[in-house]
Amino acid sequence: MDVGLTHYLILSAILFSIGLFGALSKHNAIGILMCIEIMLNGANIAVVAFSRFLAADTVLLTGHVFALFVILVAAAEAAVGLAIVITLYRIRETVDVEKADSMKG
Amino acid sequence: MDFGAELAFWIFAVIGVGAAIAVVAVRNLFRAALWLVLSFFAVAGIYASLSADFLAVAQVLVYMGAISVLIIFGVMLTRNVQRGNPFNRAWPWAFVICASLMGLLIFVFHDTSWVTVEAAQAGPAINQGDPTTSEIADAIFDKDAGFLLPLEIGAALILAAVVGAIALVKDD
Repeated sequence: MDVGLTHYLILSAILFSIGLFGALSKHNAIGILMCIEIMLNGANIAVVAFSRFLAADTVLLTGHVFALFVILVAAAEAAVGLAIVITLYRIRETVDVEKADSMKG
Repeated sequence: MDFGAELAFWIFAVIGVGAAIAVVAVRNLFRAALWLVLSFFAVAGIYASLSADFLAVAQVLVYMGAISVLIIFGVMLTRNVQRGNPFNRAWPWAFVICASLMGLLIFVFHDTSWVTVEAAQAGPAINQGDPTTSEIADAIFDKDAGFLLPLEIGAALILAAVVGAIALVKDD
């Protein structure tokens, strides 16, 4: 079977859905952060696959630039997210997102 | 695609999906972080099979080098490894939603006949298999059609993130 754009897009959809499931179904805030990184990776695979397969025998570089910006934002998000988790742990002695409910109405 | 790239795709796709499932399923959070590193590595291999060499190296440096170390630091500092990483009460609903989203996405991706464009009208492009590093630099720093403003905004974002992270965790 010839590997083409569809294979890469289905791989990215599978990774995105696994990450979304983890992000929705976990107690631990760090576990949720890990699953968000998986989601970003899945989306990035789709972008790079489009830039490779949209024009025959050439690689469009705009998709690569876009993927680089996604990596940049993911790095910033990981730094701030882990700082928030560590602050939460200091104040509440827990990283369970269901116990961080003091703003719940 | 030639046979080697196809074989690389299948190997890295299986490793990446399996490691991602392990990240979600494993109870020990530290082991989940190690599976996450393996998943990042498989995604780097996928980039390489798409002839995106610079992105593959950036993935190894940024994700496997920096973000995974940050996450493992977070796991260690919050010392919740033994209590593990259990599922919450709503996980069957989350599973149903995510499984149907995955089915819908796969159906759409499989049924769409993607159009191909002429390379000349689609911005900067190179021949498949050529090194991408200097071409990406040209695409970003091009004076007319480049990405200079997003790059500067990204630099400001990183600076703000670093200052914010320090301000959040410092002792007063």
